[in-house]
Amino acid sequence: MSVETTEVEGIEPAVVHPPRHAWSEEEVRAAVQAAIARRAGAASDPLQMREELIPILSDINQTLGYLPPEAFVEVGKQLRMPVSQLFSVASFYQMLSTKPRGRHVVQFCESAPCHVVGGRQVWAALQEALKLGPGETSPDGKWTLQTTSCIGICAVGPVLIVDADIYGNVTPAQVTEILAKYR
Amino acid sequence: MKAVRSLVLVSNDPDSVARGAQEVYRRIQEEVKAFGLQDEVAVTMVADIGRHDAVPMVMVYPEAVVYGPIRPDDVKTLVEEHLYKGRIAPGLMAPTRELTGRIAWLSARKGTLPAEQRIVLERAGVIDPEDIEDYIAHEGYVALGKALTEMQPADVIEEIARSGLRGRGGAGFPTGTKMKMVAREQHPKKYVICNADESEPGTFKDRLILEGDPHSIIEAMVLAAYAVGADEGFVYVRGEYVLAQARLKKAIAQAEEMGFLGQDIFGSGFNFKLHIHSGAGAYVCGEETALIESIEGKRGEPRPRPPYPTQVGLWGKPTLVNNVETLANLPPIIRNGASWFKQFGTPNSTGTKVYTILGNVNMTGLVEVPMGITLREVISIYAKGMRDGRTFKLAQTGGSSGSIIPAALQDTPMDFDSYAKAGVSLGSGALLICDEDTCVVDLAKVLMNFFRSESCGRCGPCRIGTERAHQILDAMSQGVGKLSDLNDLEMLANGLNQFSNCGLGQTAAVPIRDMLRHFRAEVEAHIKLKVCPAGACAMSGIAGRH
Repeated sequence: MSVETTEVEGIEPAVVHPPRHAWSEEEVRAAVQAAIARRAGAASDPLQMREELIPILSDINQTLGYLPPEAFVEVGKQLRMPVSQLFSVASFYQMLSTKPRGRHVVQFCESAPCHVVGGRQVWAALQEALKLGPGETSPDGKWTLQTTSCIGICAVGPVLIVDADIYGNVTPAQVTEILAKYR
Repeated sequence: MKAVRSLVLVSNDPDSVARGAQEVYRRIQEEVKAFGLQDEVAVTMVADIGRHDAVPMVMVYPEAVVYGPIRPDDVKTLVEEHLYKGRIAPGLMAPTRELTGRIAWLSARKGTLPAEQRIVLERAGVIDPEDIEDYIAHEGYVALGKALTEMQPADVIEEIARSGLRGRGGAGFPTGTKMKMVAREQHPKKYVICNADESEPGTFKDRLILEGDPHSIIEAMVLAAYAVGADEGFVYVRGEYVLAQARLKKAIAQAEEMGFLGQDIFGSGFNFKLHIHSGAGAYVCGEETALIESIEGKRGEPRPRPPYPTQVGLWGKPTLVNNVETLANLPPIIRNGASWFKQFGTPNSTGTKVYTILGNVNMTGLVEVPMGITLREVISIYAKGMRDGRTFKLAQTGGSSGSIIPAALQDTPMDFDSYAKAGVSLGSGALLICDEDTCVVDLAKVLMNFFRSESCGRCGPCRIGTERAHQILDAMSQGVGKLSDLNDLEMLANGLNQFSNCGLGQTAAVPIRDMLRHFRAEVEAHIKLKVCPAGACAMSGIAGRH
């Protein structure tokens, strides 16, 4: 057979779900310093630390689940950059979150390839099951529902991602079953 | 489309009709029935078969054999030999001169069963991507060795230019020309960048290359750097591609250890340092100047051009930016020579193209075939027909910014020039095949929703234009559109195309333009009759409800 079907196992999305919401100032500072230390050697020129800004922010985002305001203050101090610029960069990229998210982040691909193979129905079922709209977090802090643009596994659309798990060929009937796996 | 063993196409252009194509068509149907093959063979007439030197023509798939000129009296032999006995009837074949369009890939297939022609994916799925020795055992780093020890940088560029390779990221710019532009810059510091921010919806070819054959990209980048005189490079991989990043990181470490990266590569005195930069989720960063901004740690907002990155790129230095698939072609070209490469594809679009096949078909996935094959071939051969025997309505090619192609254009060869002539964009190679349940307004709305959320927001035409276009399409899909909206959409489409700063805004309206050009009646039904013919739109009567 000449057509290769994409395998889905083994691909981990970069979203690591946040363990909890509130972080103390010390914890934030420790996360920032660790992230900067991890990237310090990578900068080709110490004056060009800016080149490492996005990796540093991603690192903090992974550790804390999102970028709290204190993190921007601390990164700004360390890299001698205005907080406004840091926020400007962070708010631009979809994988960096400036708002706290739920314990489990559910992402649904809303791009055309998933849409035409039944994505619309799955999206309706998902909103119904979680009682959430796009971008919303449930009051108990368990779920955050997000839409995402194409993540490149279109051969098995519609695609649904919960935390680090990818589900392909999802049908509306499977939605509750998939969500039930997460506590 | 039900699954058939063979597909017979009869040319139906005015010239063919004048020479008896209708009669040939009728006779083929008769003979097929006479041999009892009617359940296994489908016969269709097509407007344009791509060449006119031997009409009327008859093409038989899956072998892709072209017969012509066929007279009604030839039909019995043709059907008996090819369709009944299963062997090609050489006496009736069309002359093989002027290899253009679909005919071009016959030479690669030699009249046998359909096969892929793998160049950039030759090792994907064959070797262990985490083992450099497996790569070397499959002719890995041979091209690099040849270039560094036997060729001058200018020779490398010349070979690439002669191969006719054009950029596979979507625009189709000649790769050799781009390399020359960087090479002639007199600057002590230059960069090469691999654009692996593959975020065009429906495209995942670059991911498979990076995951399946990461060393080929490393080898290609050292080659490109040697050719243009750069000593440092970046692979910008989108943040979502975690496995690709991990494999690439491992491959870079192995290559450094073996001396294919670093100082004095192959004892030639040439040095090259390669970094990986992870994206953080932004479609617009696939635009080369936005990508450069992002590597510099800023918001990924495209720069005004000119100056082009070939002159003022990363950190203001001359920079060569190439797509993953383009780069993956470099080692095979250097290894086998430009003439070898030119035997694949069409004269103006050489080589192969990786297509991702998606949508309402029986087999989704990815295939690498010579440039110039047609959508019909892709659907009937590689995608195994439409799902559940449905009818092919439209295809959306090249990701969100690509064209919407009606079924009538499915026989246009997919190469840069034929598509440009038909006003269609080949784009990144995504082929989203849709059946009659797909509503063109609904599809355009989804695409425009994508652009309005991915627009970087810096320039007004794109920020406002995509938002406004989405509002209009949404109103139509809810049954509250107005006829004046059609003019507004056309005006927005022109504005987006002409006044946007970068490719995102300039191409965002392509689906709208195609929708109005090919499916105007369906769009008007939403407005005048308040009916969605495909039954996909909500038509709730309330705008803004999703």
